[in-house]
Amino acid sequence: MSEGRAADVIVIGAGIVGAYCAHALARRGLDVQVLDAGLPGATAAGMGHLLVLDDNPAELALSEYSLQRWRDLAPELPEGCAYRSNGTLWLAENPEELAVAEAKHAVLSARGLACEMLGAQALRETEPELRDDLLGALKVTGDGIIYAPNTARWLLESDPARIRRQRAEVVEIDGNRVRLADGTWLAAQAVLLANGVQAGTLCPELPIVPKKGHLLITDRYPGKVRHTLVELGYVTSAHNATGPSAACNIQPRPTGQLFIGASRQFDSVDPAVEGWMLAKMLGRALHYMPGLGDLNAIRSWTGFRAASPDGLPLVGEHPQRAGVWLAVGHEGLGVTTAPGTADLLVAQLLGETSPLAPQDYSPQRFFGDTAHA
Amino acid sequence: MSDAVDLLIIGAGPAGMAAALAAAPSGARIALLDDNPLPGGQIWRDGPHAELPPKAREMRARLDACANVRRHAGCKVIALAGPKRLLLEDAERGWLLAYDKLILCTGARELLLPFPGWTLPGVTGAGGLQALIKGGLPVDGERLVIAGSGPLLLASAATAKARGARLGRIAEQASLGAVGRFASALWAWPNKAWQALELFDATYRTGSHVLAALGSERLEGVRLQVGKRVEEIACERLACGFGLVPNTQIGEALGCALSDGAIRVDAWQASSLADHYAAGECTGFGGSELALAEGAIAGHAAVGMLAEARALWPQRQRWQGFADHLNRAFALDPALRRLAQPDTLVCRCEDVPLSAIGGRRGWTEAKLSSRCGMGACQGRVCGSAAQFLFGWQPPAPRPPFSPARISTLAKLADAAESQAPDLSSARTPG
Ligand SMILES: Cc1cc2nc3c(=O)[nH]c(=O)nc-3n(C[C@H](O)[C@H](O)[C@H](O)COP(=O)(O)OP(=O)(O)OC[C@H]3O[C@@H](n4cnc5c(N)ncnc54)[C@H](O)[C@@H]3O)c2cc1C
Ligand SMILES: Cc1cc2nc3c(=O)[nH]c(=O)nc-3n(C[C@H](O)[C@H](O)[C@H](O)COP(=O)(O)OP(=O)(O)OC[C@H]3O[C@@H](n4cnc5c(N)ncnc54)[C@H](O)[C@@H]3O)c2cc1C
Repeated sequence: MSEGRAADVIVIGAGIVGAYCAHALARRGLDVQVLDAGLPGATAAGMGHLLVLDDNPAELALSEYSLQRWRDLAPELPEGCAYRSNGTLWLAENPEELAVAEAKHAVLSARGLACEMLGAQALRETEPELRDDLLGALKVTGDGIIYAPNTARWLLESDPARIRRQRAEVVEIDGNRVRLADGTWLAAQAVLLANGVQAGTLCPELPIVPKKGHLLITDRYPGKVRHTLVELGYVTSAHNATGPSAACNIQPRPTGQLFIGASRQFDSVDPAVEGWMLAKMLGRALHYMPGLGDLNAIRSWTGFRAASPDGLPLVGEHPQRAGVWLAVGHEGLGVTTAPGTADLLVAQLLGETSPLAPQDYSPQRFFGDTAHA
Repeated sequence: MSDAVDLLIIGAGPAGMAAALAAAPSGARIALLDDNPLPGGQIWRDGPHAELPPKAREMRARLDACANVRRHAGCKVIALAGPKRLLLEDAERGWLLAYDKLILCTGARELLLPFPGWTLPGVTGAGGLQALIKGGLPVDGERLVIAGSGPLLLASAATAKARGARLGRIAEQASLGAVGRFASALWAWPNKAWQALELFDATYRTGSHVLAALGSERLEGVRLQVGKRVEEIACERLACGFGLVPNTQIGEALGCALSDGAIRVDAWQASSLADHYAAGECTGFGGSELALAEGAIAGHAAVGMLAEARALWPQRQRWQGFADHLNRAFALDPALRRLAQPDTLVCRCEDVPLSAIGGRRGWTEAKLSSRCGMGACQGRVCGSAAQFLFGWQPPAPRPPFSPARISTLAKLADAAESQAPDLSSARTPG
């Protein structure tokens, strides 16, 4: 079987993570071959909310860094990517949640992130469609939204001389070589696995499980909502890591449509829209924005997040497979964290100093001491 | 809040009305729902300018007299809500309705194909124009061209002429030979032959199809291919219909098997799913007489009146023969796939031109990259067009089947509490 060197790096997966990595590698002068099987990916399904999350320091560092990189890129993004820096409002319904919002405010402002507390009155004026008995909200000004499928395509088309794309399914990885469904082997100096929730089909040793999410979009109602509205309720209610859950997430699209999330289910790999789950999710949104009930929904669908045990992505060299690099496990935050992921990966691949602490995201954390020689 | 019937019939066109009337003598609790204000479906669409035939008025009166048939007008099916239960919505409310037997009589919609200028004001579907006129649209004195394929062109022309439109041309894409063979076979269905003669118009031309609608702000004329010649005709209205597409969405969502793009049924009009029947044009194009026969068979069969159902088989067979002739004669010319130019809009809701989807590998990819089919009609128009143009299979239907209020969808929470484990709040927002 003939086997040429396809490129410097083969990237498996053309979702937002693979696309951003390919773009970053090309910027460093590397030739990249991107292989994608055209399977339904999270990038096409997800909400594209760009937000800083601070559940743990590593998540905060990665999302904060990535948000800045999105803001830097914003002037270059074409309108089709629908980037907007519209900010997030974290809604507080009771004193406990207000305390959480204030704590969050302290953490973020200590790092110099633009954010402010809105009192009940200010919140009503900012988003009059919200129920009027909320106690306040934390506004994170630098958060934004983006249409991820077009952004991924734009990143891949950004450097046609260095990034080559091919529709192909990889069926086997053997070090720095991959076998395609048609039997062809391709080799490169490095193979980057960025195939999202399908990571386990090529590397079964990776601890990645699918987490299903439902989404719904309304007809056009321009001007109803300005910020992305999310609830803080999860912080104070009893946390259940394995059961299905739903939270209010209302995002205004540039088209005037409202994009509503978010649900989480671990037990399902069936992409069907499940009525009861959809209804629970809408119930959360209605709780915060009662007027939503009269708006027309036009479409709903589902997607799968690639979840790792600690919720953080696996970025770096595969501990057991020489020549294989990983950028997987981005859960519900992979659009946000794609730029940080790409920079982490490029730095490690080229042996440079990383802008973020690589060990926090290193795949090694799930493999004990069993690194390859 | 539990609402239940023995027999639910979706669609109150000829098939659905016939089904309800056939099932009513059993005494079963029957619900007949339709998204229009009044029963009648496409052919007997009501409105200020509609003249309903005696048959339609008689069936309506009989339905009104059936105490065990309740009608839900202006009502849409939004989602499945567990086994044998549907989520419905009308102007006032959204609610769950349970049923024991179901008959799908969802009819068909017009196939609209994109060609340059087809989105100009003044251009409509052929059946679409008919519906607008029945609904009160004035066309008196307007010059009209009708183009596309099938007998619906003649029906639409007759309605328009009756309201004073001046007909410039009926352009039928099928060849003279095909239409001639169809016409000469009509002797077997004398009332159809009469109907054809009555509807026939001197401007009818075979082997002709639309090339472009002309005009800047609104329609000013149409360019037609007539055999080997190209002709331009000035007009204020152009109505184009390229045949019918069965409405299979709800059947598909329920899990009924399809064949040739229509719901597959057996001799009892039973679908592949137990207790679920289908009749009329959602099972394939056949005209109102076939829809009436199929509807009645389905109605009888669903309530166990098998002898009555069987007695109607010969009648159905007779009209099926007519339908087969029709479908052969008016098969679409592949040349119609090349009407759209790169800048022709394929998706009207989202302004997507052909060039934005032409190179894509399938419907889903085209949709994600261009927003094609993501607007309010949810691909009902451009999805069928893309299927004809590129052979792309539209994806399986997902709820909401029609745009629905969020408060209606929230009712699904009552649907299957048993299916839903206890919920905690989500950990992270996205
Ligand atoms: C419901 C939902 C809501 C979300 N909301 C947000 C949000 O608001 N903000 C946010 O930042 N993130 C959000 N996310 C998460 C985000 O969408 C994902 O983390 C991100 O899109 C992952 O991108 P990816 O490139 O890793 O994977 P994917 O987009 O899944 O791409 C993987 C690609 O790999 C290809 N592939 C797979 N196997 C093979 C193979 N064997 N050979 C070749 N190719 C292959 C597939 O075809 C696919 O294109 C959400 C996700 C979901 C599901
Ligand atoms: C636009 C148009 C115009 C036509 N005009 C003529 C004509 O003039 N003469 C002629 O001989 N034939 C005409 N036809 C052909 C006509 O469809 C058949 O002759 C006959 O009406 C078929 O009867 P049916 O009961 O199967 O379906 P239809 O008459 O199509 O009835 C189906 C009914 O179901 C309703 N429905 C569908 N889905 C749902 C849902 N999810 N929820 C609620 N309600 C639903 C529809 O609104 C409709 O009222 C026309 C067809 C179309 C599409």
